Parts: sequence; structure tokens; C-alpha cells
Amino acid sequence: MDLFGIYKNTFKHGIHPPENKDETKGMPIKQFPFAPVLIIPMTQHIGAPAQIIVREGQEVYRGQLIAKQASYVSVPIHSPVSGTVRKIAPVPTISGSKAMGVSIEAFPFSEQNVYEGTGINPENSSPEEILTAIQDAGIVGLGGAAFPTHVKLKVPEGKRCDYLILNGIECEPYLTTDHRVMLEQGDDIFMGIRYLLKVTGAKEVIIGIESNKKDAAIHLDKIKPADLPVKIQVVPVKYPQGSEKMLITATLGKEVPSGGLPIDIHVVTVNIATTAEIGRLLPHGRGIQERVITITGPAVKKKGNYLIPIGTPLRYVLDYVGIHGEIAEVYMGGPMMGVAVSDLDISITKGTSGILVFSKEHLPDNEKVYPCIKCGACVDACPISLNPSKLGILAKFESYDLMVNDYNLMDCFECGSCSYVCPSHIPLVQYFRLSKSRHKRKIALHQNTSHA
Amino acid sequence: MHKITLDISTSPHLVKGLSTDTIMKHVVYALLPAAAFGVYAFGLNALLVMMATSVGAVLTEHLLCKYSKKESTIGDYSALLTGLLLGMTLPPNFPLWMALFGSVVSIGLGKFIFGGLGNNVFNPALVGRAFLQATFPVAITTWYNAFAPDRFYNVSSSVLAFPFMQPKVDAISGATPLSALKFDGVMTTANDLAFGFINGSTGETSALFIVIGGIYLGWKKMLNWRIPISILLTAFLLSGIMYLIDPTKYPTPFFTLFAGGLMLGAVFMATDMVGSPITSMGLWVYGILIGTLVVIIRLWGGLPEGVMYAILLGNAATPHIDNLIKQRVYGTSKKIAS
Repeated sequence: MDLFGIYKNTFKHGIHPPENKDETKGMPIKQFPFAPVLIIPMTQHIGAPAQIIVREGQEVYRGQLIAKQASYVSVPIHSPVSGTVRKIAPVPTISGSKAMGVSIEAFPFSEQNVYEGTGINPENSSPEEILTAIQDAGIVGLGGAAFPTHVKLKVPEGKRCDYLILNGIECEPYLTTDHRVMLEQGDDIFMGIRYLLKVTGAKEVIIGIESNKKDAAIHLDKIKPADLPVKIQVVPVKYPQGSEKMLITATLGKEVPSGGLPIDIHVVTVNIATTAEIGRLLPHGRGIQERVITITGPAVKKKGNYLIPIGTPLRYVLDYVGIHGEIAEVYMGGPMMGVAVSDLDISITKGTSGILVFSKEHLPDNEKVYPCIKCGACVDACPISLNPSKLGILAKFESYDLMVNDYNLMDCFECGSCSYVCPSHIPLVQYFRLSKSRHKRKIALHQNTSHA
Repeated sequence: MHKITLDISTSPHLVKGLSTDTIMKHVVYALLPAAAFGVYAFGLNALLVMMATSVGAVLTEHLLCKYSKKESTIGDYSALLTGLLLGMTLPPNFPLWMALFGSVVSIGLGKFIFGGLGNNVFNPALVGRAFLQATFPVAITTWYNAFAPDRFYNVSSSVLAFPFMQPKVDAISGATPLSALKFDGVMTTANDLAFGFINGSTGETSALFIVIGGIYLGWKKMLNWRIPISILLTAFLLSGIMYLIDPTKYPTPFFTLFAGGLMLGAVFMATDMVGSPITSMGLWVYGILIGTLVVIIRLWGGLPEGVMYAILLGNAATPHIDNLIKQRVYGTSKKIAS
């Protein structure tokens, strides 16, 4: 294990926000109870919404298919609970818009046994069969992006994969789900690796882990099967190391070309919890119906890492863990890239990695925005060496073309490091999101008019 | 659970907690030991001059904001900082009305005309001082002797001079180490220089307290150490070379470091974030440029002091330095200007 070479490779710049992981990192994963009614939206992943195949009044098993994939970039959804479908109607989602959803009322005294399908094993299956099985299990990236995993794993024609990099970085403050998964689901992770090696044809596996999770690195190294080409690499703590590009640079010293994908430099990266999920579900032919979520933040009474059924209403989760004082803000995901919740009636989805709750007294006062004083803190923070200060000024003048062409706006992956360090509290990332969407809209309009 | 209103904000939901007004406030704090030493060394006169420029700067900023129907920006402490800095670069017996005039120019022409905080090209305090140097060349080079016995109760007549009247030059005025060297060829000892037992502008005489203030800001990460280090190192090396070539004609490198406004300028003036380059590499170029200019002006120029003009020229070069120093964007071979 590479415990001592931790300063060998790292990406440029980056930031060190307070980690706030101590309160939950030692807490084993606990099973969360079933809510009386679970509400499952069909847009839980990037791509086309799943198509509902059940009807109101139908009884379903836990693990039974309730919606099938709509296209290649889409995944099916399985029932997280044994119960009765009560309603099929639009439900609120984290994005603020509504999506079709299935409400299932749990059977009150059910054993909640999981429905088993036909499992496959990595040795006798072809890469295509495994990819299909991954899609059938409804697996998406559990790090937060919820991109369908089978799409990400598919090595395009004419490309090859040398390295499989597993992301155990978890650089977002507060979150400890990947940490617990690595400590408690090591065997599932190595089982998952067997499937992933077969699918990608990679020769070597690197598990990247930040040095604040050395216990997990040591544990995985100890239980590592001798026949697997796995290397565990501990890297220094730095945000945003968990982003795909930064992780590849930190572990291999290579850069993903601008506008390209990791496969262009013969790398495939997969989140560690996603790997564990593959290793746990595929041998049994099951679908994903629950996930590990860190529930924390100053306002939470029973902080911890919970295994929560998909579709559990957020309100039920907060009631169960208990809240001090009045809730002011709730974030889904980490504090750096997570989304602020506008409606407590949304439910847990496959992409929810954390729930953070803050009450009024724990939030900073609304920070006053000052003019840019060109201190250069953002320039020293940007992991891809953009100039956020300049981009921020150009955004104010709506010079979107200049931002894109001369200052590489489209390379920004919105990690938020610039906004975090800015002493003038300029909402830089927000400017960049807006500028990017304006630019994309303009391009789309242009294409439409030139086709017409 | 009852209906509650949630606050919505975009990510990131964490901030580092450092704030522009906090930075400005701490720079003012860091200046206070050197300013206090100035009052100790030069007495009531120095205190009055620094108060005049500070009040003048803050008032000017407030009135200009009111005039242009904007919210007053005096709460960010940058006007106070400019005023205090200007006062510290003036001779302790400087006429108050001139000092006030200088602070109005600092804020009005040095900062506000460019669009306020963050948009000024030059360090506003130095713009005010350059104006005073050009307008009142006698008053700004008339030095009051440090540690005069009556300094804590006697206000010099020049300080209270009536506007637009030529102030009477005090009989007891003395020379600064730089002017003593330039015009009389007299060297001041290193000890006197480091601790401030010398004549000069109110805030520039104690290198020790200036360095303490600088270390405090550096430790608080509110000052980029690359600027003072590169300026001082360059000035030290260049003047050291000259001293080795001809020790009878040129001062020692230690003298160059501690005499005049170099310490104050390198630590508190050149480090103004607005007027300095944005990349670390750019800061080195900027510091080396200023250090070189200081030595050139001091050794071969007509003036004994060169720090002010060196920093103003450095400020002027900053946009060009930012254009020259390029950073390579991750995943590309393209270098973008900063």
C-alpha cells in the first residue's frame, strides 16, 4: 500500500474546507425503518425517466420491478418495499419541477424479504451480459451524479481501458458514507471489482482514498483477494479530489483532455459505493432499493450513516432523526456541491449521498458582497487553473463568448472552490452556471435557425 | 410537522469566512504599532496629521458616495486604510490643511474616479502623496527632529499653518537618513535605522514595528508574502552589488533596506491587492520590478527617496504583468492570460 508516497501526485490548487466528518465517521451503517408510504419519482437518474409498469391498487414485492428503462441512457426502478401501489401521479423532486411518481403503502406486518432474480457470476458472463445486468439492477453512480453506470462502463469501439480507478475519496465535508461502505462492505467491493474488470478489460485497479480514511485503506488492503490486481493509493486530503478528473490526476499523474472523457486516456472511474452495490446485487439478480446516506449537520439530533429505502419521504427522515430548533436550510449531498432543498415533500433518491440540516443559528449571516479586490485567492483555488476573477467580471458584462472562447468557461465543473475562498463573497459559481446555460441556449438557438 | 419556509441558496453552502472588510480592518490593526511608534517619536504633530488624513479620507468617500447616490462604502474600512497610510507617509510636521487636501485627492482621484474599491489602478494613498509631493515640494521634504523634548504638548506652527499661506519652516528641522546620505554623504548607523531612532515620515521610521505588522498579516493570510520578500530581496541584492563595486560611493544593502519608506512601502503599500498582479508568478515579477526601480531611483535619481514612484510604476505595470503571465488550463495545452 502506498501510504508514504502520498505527496507524489496531486492536482494543482484546490482548497481545504473544514472536514466535519468526526461526528459520523465512526458510526456503523444502521438500517432505517420503512416509512408508511414511500414515494418514488421516475427521474432519479440522468437520462430518460423510467416508464411505470405497475397500476394503482397493485401489490408489489420489495425488489420487484415497478418501472422499466425508457432508453439506453435510462435505468429501471425497483420497489423499495413490499406493499400496495396507492397512487401514480406527479410528485415534487429536488430540481423543483414535478415528475411522475409511484406511491407505495408498505404492508404493516411484512417481513420485507427481498425479491430475488437470477444472478450472474463474473467468470461465466460476457461483458455485454454484465452491462445488461448492471442496467437491469437500476444502478447509477451513487456519488451524487446518478449517471447510469452501464453507460459509463461501456468502453467505446476502438478505445481501450488500462486502469480502473475506484473513487473512495469522498472529499465533500460532512459525508462519511463511502468511508463506512469501505469499512463494512469490503467483500462486496472486491466482488464488484470482478465484474468491473470483466466489463472494462482493465489490467489494473487503483482505489483512491484520502488520508483522513486511512483505517478504510488499511482494512481494504488486509482483506484484498490475492488474485485481484488491486492497488490502494492514499492521497492527501484536498477538495475537489473526488471529482473524476482530479482523482485521475492525483492517482496517475495524467490529465483528462478538455472536453474529453477518462476513456480517452484509457481510464474508467467508478464510485466505491457503486462498486459495492454491483458486487452485492448482481450475484442475486436483485435491483437497487436502498442506499447508504449520511444524515448530519448541526441541527440533527441522531446523526449517523443510515441504509435508507429509496423513496422514503424527507419529512419522515427528519422526523425520525430529530431536529434541534427550526430548520433553516437542508442540503441533499455535500455542502460544496449539494443542492438546497426547497420542499420537504421530496423523497430520497438513488443520487442522495447525504442530508445536511442547518438551523438558523448555525448559518452565517447573509454575507455582504464586495467588489473584487483581485486578491487572487480564486486563481490559487481553481483546480483547473481558470481565472475565476476575470470570468466573474466578464459575466457581469455578459461577455459569454469571450468567457467561453478565451477563458475556457466550459471546462469549469462547478466545484465551488472559487466561491468558497472569495473574501468579497462574489457568487462566482452561480455566475458561471448561468453563463454556461446562456451560452448553451445561444448555441441551440443558432443551430435551430441554421437548420430552418 | 408544521409548514416551514426553507432558505434556498446555490452551492457551495460553505464559505471560508474571510471577508474583504475584515482584511482591510486587520491591515489597519497591523499598521497601528508603527503609527503608535510614530506618535511616540514625533509627538502630537504626527498624531494630528494621521488623524487629519484618516478623517479626510473617510469623509471624502462618504460624501462622494452620497453625491453619486450610492450606498456609503466606508464600512469596508478601505478608505480608513488609505487615509492612515497617507498620513504615515507624510512628514510629522506637515501642515494639516495640506494633509486633508492630500486625503481628498487620494480618495477622489486615486480611487473613486476609477469606480471605487477594486477598480483603482494605483494605490490611492500613494496617488495622494504624489500629488502632495508635486504641489508642496518644500513642506513634504521638511523634516522635524524625532524625540524633541516638547513633542507631547507643543504643536508645531507649520502643522497649524493657515491654508495657502507658506508655512514658516521650523528652525529645528533635521535631515532624514536618505537625504543626509544623498546631499551630505552622512551614513546613519544600522541600529538607529532598524529601531527607528531617526527622522523621516511618521510611519516609516520603525522597521521593527512594520515587520511585526507584516508578519501578523502574513500569518493571517491577509498579505501575500511574495511581494515584500521579492521587493526587499531585489533591493538588497542590487544595492549589495553596487556597494561591493564602490563602498565609498554607495550605501550598504542594510541601509537601503531600512532607510526611508522601503519597509513601509514593501509591506503595506505594494501589497495592496487591487494594484498587484493576481498570480503568484506575477507577484514575483512585480516585486522584482519595484525593488529594481527603488534602487535605480535612489542611487542615480535626483530624489533621495524612490519607493513611492517605484510602487506607482509597479501598479501601472500590473495589468501588463497579468497579461504576460499565463496559466495552462487543465487538460489543454492552451495558456490563458490572467
